[in-house]
Parts: sequence; structure tokens; C-alpha cells
Amino acid sequence: MSAVELSADNGSVWRVAQPQARDVIRSRWLTFYFVFFLVATEGMIRFTGGDAKALLSMSNVVLFVVPFVTLVYGTVYVYGSREFIELLLAQPIRRSTLFAGLYMGLTIPLVIALVAGMSLPFIFHGFSGPAERMTLAVMLGGTAALTAAFTAIAFYIALRFDDRLTGLGVGMAIWLALGLLYDGVLLFVVMLLPDRAIEKTLLGVTLANPIDLVRIALLMRFDVSAVMGYTGAVFHNFFSDGVGVAVIVTAMAAWITLPLASGFLAFRRKDF
Amino acid sequence: MIRIAGLQKRFGQLDVLQGIDADFSKGRVTALVGPNAAGKTTLIKAILGLTRPDAGTITVNGAVVNGDVSYRRQLGYMPQIARFPANLTGAELLSMLESLRPDVAVPDRDLIEAFGLDLELRKKLGTLSGGTRQKINAVAAFLFRPDMLILDEPTAGLDPRASSVLKDRILTDRAMGRSFIVTSHVMAELEEIADDVIFLAEGQVRFSGSLEDLKKTTRQVNLERAIAELMTRGMAA
Repeated sequence: MSAVELSADNGSVWRVAQPQARDVIRSRWLTFYFVFFLVATEGMIRFTGGDAKALLSMSNVVLFVVPFVTLVYGTVYVYGSREFIELLLAQPIRRSTLFAGLYMGLTIPLVIALVAGMSLPFIFHGFSGPAERMTLAVMLGGTAALTAAFTAIAFYIALRFDDRLTGLGVGMAIWLALGLLYDGVLLFVVMLLPDRAIEKTLLGVTLANPIDLVRIALLMRFDVSAVMGYTGAVFHNFFSDGVGVAVIVTAMAAWITLPLASGFLAFRRKDF
Repeated sequence: MIRIAGLQKRFGQLDVLQGIDADFSKGRVTALVGPNAAGKTTLIKAILGLTRPDAGTITVNGAVVNGDVSYRRQLGYMPQIARFPANLTGAELLSMLESLRPDVAVPDRDLIEAFGLDLELRKKLGTLSGGTRQKINAVAAFLFRPDMLILDEPTAGLDPRASSVLKDRILTDRAMGRSFIVTSHVMAELEEIADDVIFLAEGQVRFSGSLEDLKKTTRQVNLERAIAELMTRGMAA
């Protein structure tokens, strides 16, 4: 394939993503998602009386809501686009281009709603210092990465399972497993392990859950690791320096690329 | 023209296409008929590259379909179910499709006028009736003046006037040398436009030839009776 054809095809990614993003942005669900973050953030700032506490409260909310909404909305959207995807596949456009366009067209509006909804109240009320501004940046970056990871998972699920109910069930199971059960099981395992093995095991296990990755990144910002005792101190030491940050970013990147690659392979092989 | 040779496709235990050989000739309208689950949609999707065959070849205008997507420039497709992004307008949908085909400088929008769609194109697709969406579906298929058009149940949901407009358009384009593959459950409608008939049953071609030949071999006066006769023979065999 010539360079000219390649660049023409790269342009097509945006030609798919742009109208699709417009469709998502105009949907009632996305408006609701945006208003939810706006109201929740504004409420937290008013009730807790300060941006630092509001950020801490919001971090608990977003780690719960973002993966859930992204998975459900993502799978439902991809299932609903099935016939339209077939029409696009009949055009002279490569599957890789189409997949990239569809993925961006769904992910970008979700990220915009989330970032705009959470940052507008903070910008309106002002920050008490650069630390709080940085914490918000970590929270927005982390939840944007979670959105990217969970839309990729949603695409994979919707392409892998033709039956909508099965797909939604698998999505729910993944969310329950990563968002709720994981930490419970983790606590249970910690109780069984000998003391000296705990830190390393915990470090490893944390990397295997994207929600925990963002939680850790945020906890390090809030300095609440102090209440986590010795383990918290180990975590703090590990994740506060450059290596720790690099590890978190790499693990998060893997959590986006691996489901995305699996989704793309499923899309390329799929018989529509 | 499109030539299909030894096309096979299995979905798990289901042998959907069991070695299909078929020719769709230039400048002719070929009716693709057969009972439900005969493999019509799978055959169409294989031609479009939506479904990968397990064996066999598909040749479009002399070039074998092998994963390169450029042959689809010669194809127009009108899917059976017209479902589009609900929050886009018809005009936005059409300009999206046009943006994916920069090789076509001036798209063919004649059908918009023929269907009287101008006002409807400004509304969101999710608010339109099934019939209006089907009209937009037809506009999209004819947009790029393709050599070959694949229309899957094209008149389903269309009112008599729109249906007539579409059939007239098919006959005009045929006269210009375009080829059509049309499926429909309404045999009387196919009889009006079809030159050739390919009858599929259980993943095999049971008849392939001109409409006249079909009537002669089955000794029936119209397409509906002729297909009914083929189906009866199939059950007896």
C-alpha cells in the first residue's frame, strides 16, 4: 500500500469517529452522565466545604460510577450499532480504520462529559493550592484512562458475544469482579498470607486491576496511606517516586491496549 | 459482473453455503430467492466482505476478492434493516458516507428528490418512521453510482409510491448497464424487475437461469408459482 493511500485511510478514522462522537454527544444518556458529574462535584464541594475533601469524596464516587457506566453504555451502544457497522463495512474502508474510528467516536464523548462535568465546579470555586489542582489532574487522567480501558472491554464483549443479554451479563460480571469482589478477596488473601509476603503480593495484585491502579494513584495524592499502616508506607514509598508512577502508567496502558487489541482481533475476524 | 465459484460457509454445525456457483451478469437484474435460512443473506454478506467464506472464490469485475477493500467502490448495498445512529440527521449520515468515498466528486442525490426527502433529511434519524429510513437507505445505496447494487428486501416498509420510484430507478440504471442482485419475499415485485433468477435452498443453488427459462422448466405462468413448484419438487426429492 502506498503512502498516499495510507494517509487517506488515516483520515477515514476521523471521518468515522467524528459523526459517531456527534451521535453520542447528542444522546440523552451522555447529557445525563455530564450533569451527574457536574451536580455530584458541586454538591461535594458545598457539603465538605473545601476542594481537598471534595476531591477525596469524588474519588470514591468516580471509581464506582465510571467503569459501570462505560461498560453498560459501551456494550449497549455497540450492540445497537450492529446494522450501521454492517453498512459501513460495505464501504471501501478497512476494518482496522473502521474499528479505530468507532472506538474513538465512543470514548472521546465519554471522556469529555466526565472531564467537563468534574472540572467545571472546581474551576468555578477555585483551588486552594497547586496540590489540589494536581490531584484533580490525576483524577481526570485516571478516570479518562479507565474510560478508555472499559470502552475497549465493552467493544470486545459486544463483538465476542452475539447475544446481547450474554454480553451485558459478562459486562456486569467483569464490573462486579473488578469493582467490588476484587478488594474483598484481596483482604481475605491478605489475612491468610504471612506478614513478609504481603507487600509484594499486594503490589502485584493491585497492578492486575485497573480500578485499583487509579485508586492507588489517588490515595498517594491524599496521604491517607498513613492510616494503612506499614503496608501503606511500603505502597507510599513504591508509588511516590518516578519508578512507581512509571509502573502505574505502564500497567494502565496495558489495561487499555490488551482489551483494545483483543477487540480489534475479534472485529477483524468477525462474520457479520 | 460477479462470479461465485465453489463458495462454502459453515457457522458451527450449520452448513449455510454448500458450494455455491453463480453468475450475476452485467446489465441484468438477478432475483435471489429461496426459503428462510436458505443462505441468501450469507451469500450477499460474503460478496460484500462482511462474512469470510471457508472456501471458494468471489470475482467482482474480473478481480478476485481477497481482503483488499477497493473492489467495494463498485458495489452499492442496501441492507435489509435500516438502522442508523439515532441522533444524527439524514443529511449528516449521507455526508458521512460521502466523506468515506472521496473518489466520488459529485454524489448521485437524485433519489432524494424523487422520494421527496428534503425536509426529512434535516430530522434526527431516530425520530423517522421505518419507511422514511428505508428511503434514506435506498438513497445511500445509489449515492456513488456503483456498477453493481445489492438490495436486500429493498421495498420492505415502502409505500406504493416510493416502491414504484425505487423500481423505476432500478430499471433506468439497468438500462445504463448496471447490475442488480435483489432479494424479496414479494414474488410479484421481483417478476416486474428480474431478468434472471437464482433459487437457493439449504445452502445450494437449485435453479439458475433467466426468468423465462424458469417458467418454461416449471411450466408455470408466473414467478411465484414457479418458485412454489421448485420448493415442492425440493420437498419431494
